[in-house]
Amino acid sequence: MVDLVLTARELSKRFNEITAVDRVSFTIERGESFGFLGPNGAGKTSTMRMISAVSQPTSGELTILGLDPRTDGPEIRGRLGVVPQEDTLELELSVRLNLEMFGRYFDIPRSTLRERATELLAFAQLSERADDRVEELSGGMKRRLTIARALVNRPEILILDEPTTGLDPQARHLLWDRLYRLKREGVTLIITTHYMDEAEQLCDRLVVMDHGTIVATGTPRELIAHHSTREVLELRFDTDSHEDFHARLAPFAQRVEVLPDRILLYVDEGDDTLRQLHAERLTPMSSFVRRSSLEDVFLRLTGRTLVD
Amino acid sequence: MSVSDDVGLGWPRWRRSWWYHATYYAQTWRGSVASTVLFPIFYLVALGVGVGHLVAKHHGLVDGQTYLHFIAPSLLATTTMQLGESESLWPVLAAVKWVRSYHAAVASPLEPRDILVGKLSWVTTRAFGTGVVYTIVIAAFGGLQSWWGLTLPLIGVLITLAFAAPFVAYAAAVQSDASFVAIYRFAIIPMFLFSATFYPVSAYPGYLRPLVQFVPLYHGVALARSAAFGHWPLLATVGHLTVLGSMSVVGFLWGRWSLQRRLVD
Repeated sequence: MVDLVLTARELSKRFNEITAVDRVSFTIERGESFGFLGPNGAGKTSTMRMISAVSQPTSGELTILGLDPRTDGPEIRGRLGVVPQEDTLELELSVRLNLEMFGRYFDIPRSTLRERATELLAFAQLSERADDRVEELSGGMKRRLTIARALVNRPEILILDEPTTGLDPQARHLLWDRLYRLKREGVTLIITTHYMDEAEQLCDRLVVMDHGTIVATGTPRELIAHHSTREVLELRFDTDSHEDFHARLAPFAQRVEVLPDRILLYVDEGDDTLRQLHAERLTPMSSFVRRSSLEDVFLRLTGRTLVD
Repeated sequence: MSVSDDVGLGWPRWRRSWWYHATYYAQTWRGSVASTVLFPIFYLVALGVGVGHLVAKHHGLVDGQTYLHFIAPSLLATTTMQLGESESLWPVLAAVKWVRSYHAAVASPLEPRDILVGKLSWVTTRAFGTGVVYTIVIAAFGGLQSWWGLTLPLIGVLITLAFAAPFVAYAAAVQSDASFVAIYRFAIIPMFLFSATFYPVSAYPGYLRPLVQFVPLYHGVALARSAAFGHWPLLATVGHLTVLGSMSVVGFLWGRWSLQRRLVD
């Protein structure tokens, strides 16, 4: 029996003339980590705000933890944790106090909060900074504190909007490691990102969003298998216009994508294709064979790259 | 994982927002307490004793009061007005735009109206505290002539609310603080100077007097004087209470609307 924590059917959000989210449907199971992948402006944040029971859908049906956000907003939010895109910490107050003060919004007794803050600081690897003011922390530390704060009510679902945007690689990996740990503890994770490596690393299942709609759903592996080839051959030619090579390369690949600075050939065996090209005297200035990624899925589905 | 103990819907939710503000203040209160106590003493010494000396020499009493006793209640009125302004404009814009602490709050069980009620109840809590300090200082200068003087802190609460409610609503609706300095220079300062604060309304030529009654602070000053002197002209008192009460109610309804729009829609 599948335990669904969230069901969305034909969910829409409109602001005056603009349709930010256009009739999206999806379900999320307890314990899975579910991702929304898409470029900025795809409708991810509007979707997050609806499934955080903060903003009301304009139309469609939404059930969160078996409850209706139109009528049970406070109760739903009491069981969710939300990590917003921008940190909303009190910079002038101490790290520990940020946790304890936020916990009072959930009416958690002060003695419980003291213990929980100590645990969460250890989890966020901030125990030694407990009494420092938040403004003294690095970007990665603030992010981890925001996540710790979102866990103060022991949420069943943790919703993270672009959790690692703006972090350096080391801080990102540290943060991912914390999220894996939560997942192992059974917390359902809902993540938006415009980084395909983040989606591949963290998400069991994801939807690809573009222009407010869902254009594909599946596991990262399924999406790649379904919408791309096994390998990608990336080529650069000594030319002002890669577009000129499109027709000549087309017979060698299942699909050709011309980007401003390079050409992508979608093939099953990149090295074989490269040998064939050399045999035909189509010699690139540089070449590179790699596995297909969600970036390629996105390019296939929308004709655009994820990060401009 | 048990969560039922964390949902906690029993405690009125706005009190959690009040508590948040109170905790924040407890971390940063030291500077403001010194100025709350010292400012009225400086003011009453400089204007009440200093200028009052000149007034006594040339004019005698003002509306039957010494100059110090005449201006002491208006001091409470102007201060509580400025509290309503300073606690509402920048702090609220910070909470919805820069620090975004209200956005964090609406991700918890709190609703926008809980945040509004929590904010206004906290600002009026501070107004009451300030009112108590000022009432003690005024009493120490001999400025209370009636037991009604004990209602001065409540008058202060009403004045603060009458200004804080619309200012919170306004700050929650704007995108930048560009207009705040203008509000201070062209609304707060003129009100401070011209609301019959330092002289009776009879000092104005007859045609200007009705105009003064459009100034919100005038009603606060008049109520504070009534309380200090124990003199409540019925019709005027009802008028003053109606003006300040309406500002509070309209400001509250506007604030509910603008916070809802800013935080949730």
